[in-house]
Amino acid sequence: MTTAPAPAPARSSREVYRDAVAKLLPDEPRLVVLDSDTGLFGGVDFGSAADRYLNLGIAEHTLMGAAAGLAREGRIPLVNTMAAFASSRAVEAVKIDIAMGNLPVLIAATHSGVSAGHLGPTHHALEDLAVMRALPHMTVVVPGDAAGTEELLRQALALDGPVYLRLGRGATPDLPAGPPLRLGKAQQLRTGTDITLAACGPYPVLAALEAADLLEGEGITANVLHLHTVKPLDTSALLSSLGVGDTVITVEEHWRSGGFGSAVAEALSAVRPVRVHRMALPDEFVPVAGSQRYLIERGGISARTIAEQARKSVESHRGGTR
Amino acid sequence: MSSPPLLRGAPARTDTTGLDAHGPDTAEPTGIAGRIREHIVSMCAGPEGGHLGGSMSLVEILSVLYFRVMRHDPRFPGLPERDVLLLSKGHGGIALFATLCEAGYFPAAALDEYARPGSHFMAHPHPEIPGVEIASGSLGHGLALGVGYALANRLDGSDRRCFVVMGDGELQEGSVWEAASVASAHRLNGLTAIVDRNGLQITGATETVHPLEPLADRWRAFGWRVLEADGHDAEALTRVLTLPAAPQAPTVVIAHTVKGRGVPFVEGQARSHYARLSGRQHLRALNAVRASTGGDRR
Repeated sequence: MTTAPAPAPARSSREVYRDAVAKLLPDEPRLVVLDSDTGLFGGVDFGSAADRYLNLGIAEHTLMGAAAGLAREGRIPLVNTMAAFASSRAVEAVKIDIAMGNLPVLIAATHSGVSAGHLGPTHHALEDLAVMRALPHMTVVVPGDAAGTEELLRQALALDGPVYLRLGRGATPDLPAGPPLRLGKAQQLRTGTDITLAACGPYPVLAALEAADLLEGEGITANVLHLHTVKPLDTSALLSSLGVGDTVITVEEHWRSGGFGSAVAEALSAVRPVRVHRMALPDEFVPVAGSQRYLIERGGISARTIAEQARKSVESHRGGTR
Repeated sequence: MSSPPLLRGAPARTDTTGLDAHGPDTAEPTGIAGRIREHIVSMCAGPEGGHLGGSMSLVEILSVLYFRVMRHDPRFPGLPERDVLLLSKGHGGIALFATLCEAGYFPAAALDEYARPGSHFMAHPHPEIPGVEIASGSLGHGLALGVGYALANRLDGSDRRCFVVMGDGELQEGSVWEAASVASAHRLNGLTAIVDRNGLQITGATETVHPLEPLADRWRAFGWRVLEADGHDAEALTRVLTLPAAPQAPTVVIAHTVKGRGVPFVEGQARSHYARLSGRQHLRALNAVRASTGGDRR
């Protein structure tokens, strides 16, 4: 599952986000941190900006509505809850009160995907990308690692409209260095000519990179694209990355329906006939405990399975053109 | 479809001093309420009909707010220091449109656009309309937004007020009580909720469908100051809505109203909730409204 180990110790994107917010808050008077008893900000000293940290308690609908009210009054709320609650329980308030008004609210959604692990399926969010990307005005961002979290947070705060920032729970390894991160633009991490691996989220990107290593040993070269922005999707980067077989394998930590892979398929199929193999978690609630990485692999996503799919795709293309 | 041009281009005001409770406060309130009711019944006589009952019950609440209580300026709907009204019971939209029209936010001709293809005047309010703060219609949203406005005002050190108008049936939504709880926990005394207590919802009496009583006690238990008034008595409403804020608590005004008020053939009936008035019903309703306001036809 892991690629060549990154030098930096694994860090949690939500903790990096928290530390970035603590730094930003005193200097950015429009920012207001709205918490819902997440515990994430325990012990954080906001200094002179302490009045702009507001814990509304366990009340996610009110959290989103209040964020909308604050935004309508010129503030930029950073809303903190778990991804499952942002994208399911509170989604009507996100849709009507925040997205409809195109308000500058940043929803920091932790515990996304299966990163809540043993907390179980009530705390997993495997529908959030489908839900959030369906909403007009919403920008959907999935940082690939801790460093990317801080960078993409800063870029997201410069936007005028709502942003869904998908964060995890535990530490994940840093991605290898690549071109600078630009919101809305794919980051090309590997170049090849046979197939494109388009990945979203920490472990999917790592698995895709490791799959590319495996394939290289077999004479198959892969483009590896890191798509940290699901909406707006960088369709032109995807199109220009397509190899001779016009095939993309998408990899994500989300249910198979409606997520990142679906977004890629929708975008590319509008341009030309492209094969999109969506590697995502199966259409079921996860009934077992396990770490984020364990549950992703249990769902059939690993370097080995990605490489297998790539091999099949390339062979079928080569066979078909002989 | 383009938006009606008369809705465009409200200029930004830079002079932000000296904003007082706006409106022709010398105007005889019954006359304003009567004209608002005329607009409402006329919109309900259009091809799509409208939410008649819950709009007619709101008329004095809205006219007192816009003509006697709130600081606002129809020439500058987004004025930063305005008081804010959030119509959480979005099905009272046509009452809000009629009130905003009378208050000078747009000419009466705009109301002819109601429910026409391409018009922003839909059955529920949309912020494309000058003076409309939020989109509403899905019940149980406004109070949470009010919490946000009140928090923002407090951060700004401002005495601006935020009024959230809810229906009584709307109080069956759990999100109302979640927001009520947050508002009192944060002691948002700049927040005033008004409940249009007309006692009816689509399928009958609230107390039969999903009882709300003892309603005042419920709000008190949630930490709110509770005031009650006859919701069709402009003087009584003015009195409770101009009291100084409670020191540490949000305020709710339970306004006792009659659904369909002013249209005798539907007054107090659940079936008044939505109506498409025939030509004859329209005339009867207009005559009834005019008769009750002393024949005021502007």
